[in-house]
Amino acid sequence: MAEPRAVLHLRTYLQIAWLWIRAAWQYPTSFVLLAVGNGLITGLDFVGLWIMFAHLDDLAGFTLHEVALLYGSASLALAIADTAIGSVERIGTYIRTGRLDQMMTKPVPLLVQVCADQFTLRRLGRLTQAAIVFGWACTYVDWTPTRVLVAVSMLLSGGLVFFGLFVGFSCVQFWTTDATEFANAFTYGGATVTQYPLNIFPREVIVGLTFVIPVAFVNWYPCLYLLGRTDPAGMPEAFQFASPVAGVLTMAAALLVWRSGVRHYTSTGS
Amino acid sequence: MLHVAIATRAFRRYSTYRAATLAGIFTNSVFGIIYSFAYLAVWRANPTAGGYDAQDAVTYVWLGQALLMTIALWGGGTTDDLAERIRTGDVAIDLYRPVGLVGWYLASDLGRAAYHLLTRGVGPTLIGFLVFDISLPSSPLNALAFAVSLVLAVVVSFAIRFLVASTAFWLLDQSGVKVMSGAFAIFFSGMMLPLVLFPGWLGTLARALPWASYVQVPADVWLGKHTGLDLLAALGFQVMWAVVLLAACQGVLRLATRKVVVQGG
Repeated sequence: MAEPRAVLHLRTYLQIAWLWIRAAWQYPTSFVLLAVGNGLITGLDFVGLWIMFAHLDDLAGFTLHEVALLYGSASLALAIADTAIGSVERIGTYIRTGRLDQMMTKPVPLLVQVCADQFTLRRLGRLTQAAIVFGWACTYVDWTPTRVLVAVSMLLSGGLVFFGLFVGFSCVQFWTTDATEFANAFTYGGATVTQYPLNIFPREVIVGLTFVIPVAFVNWYPCLYLLGRTDPAGMPEAFQFASPVAGVLTMAAALLVWRSGVRHYTSTGS
Repeated sequence: MLHVAIATRAFRRYSTYRAATLAGIFTNSVFGIIYSFAYLAVWRANPTAGGYDAQDAVTYVWLGQALLMTIALWGGGTTDDLAERIRTGDVAIDLYRPVGLVGWYLASDLGRAAYHLLTRGVGPTLIGFLVFDISLPSSPLNALAFAVSLVLAVVVSFAIRFLVASTAFWLLDQSGVKVMSGAFAIFFSGMMLPLVLFPGWLGTLARALPWASYVQVPADVWLGKHTGLDLLAALGFQVMWAVVLLAACQGVLRLATRKVVVQGG
């Protein structure tokens, strides 16, 4: 019974998303510039990393293509989550304007509606750029069948972790509607942290990024395995295969927070 | 006097969103901490990169976080209101007011910038000061020059954002141009990476473009990288771009009011 329902939700999601794509196309110049601009922002971001390496041989023992692997996988995971459900960030606006009330009256799960709302293809810019960097970095990896498996599970789990962070921290807005930026510290902040080798941070930070906000599982641990490196921080080797666990746990925690947020919600009343 | 009143109102308008401000300070601080560790690792590997030392680099990070909202690096600020009023046609009302449109929005944006400086600027800086070893301006003259440079940074950034918003006269929607302009601003302002690290012609180009006024110039003034005549030249560079771009704003506005039919009935 559960299976067809998930498919139905996915179809509704895609229908709403398609609606928004057609709406955005009404301003074609903006549509194109938005996609190009977003690709440019992330593209120049990587150029920045490149320029940084003009002054360095390695960053904390990691070469440019190793950092590119970290950067590409973190951006790709973020881009997957952001493209699919980034709109959840705007929940505070929906609460303030009363749109959430309208959504609640419709026979589609609230989370599906919120995530698909104002779906925008401009995020494809980030997705493309991240994929290019990741693809380039992959050519330096010494591939084995297990490594391929770890790489695929890394991207999927990374997407799940960011999905969880987006949804979970956006729920803060059920309590304070205008604290949109709070979630950015964990979502975009998480992606920024993980584009560097984590051993540039003190050990306490690495522990926090492993057990509290588990972004270390987005790319750091699996990438250590892909690169065949021993963990400079000396964490258990099993962590390098534990990304799916982290992804599922983060997602489950986020859905719980979402439910309690929706229960707490009492509308603005006007 | 009128413009002071406009600025004060803008200051107050922005100060109503307290939770947003706190969330923003938190986020700026998180990014400040991340970049500080990253830069410390870079300068550990190359202690003299770009003529900065590790303390300069970390100070630069926190100056960047403090300036991010003050200069509205991503775009936005009060020029977003203008773009929206152009889209809806309300700008017609603004145009027949007996006050210049540029001056009106500039005053309003300076009020916004003052609010963001006192909250989103000072807040993260305190955190940075507690957690890392960041330097203060070496002399009262440097501090004063930084204050001037900061105001000029806001004016230059305002002029560019005003030009971006003006594209709505032709395109109706500024958002595409705004994102493009934001991309350039982040890269060429030195927010992403200090421009002193940019090699060769790219470095020369980046330091000549108006975006250098946003972060690199004020930061170098704070760090005491400019002294004597060099300091005057740095501020003069910002004044030059401020004048040129404000003139461009006036020009575009004149063009728009002559050519464009305002939306609405």
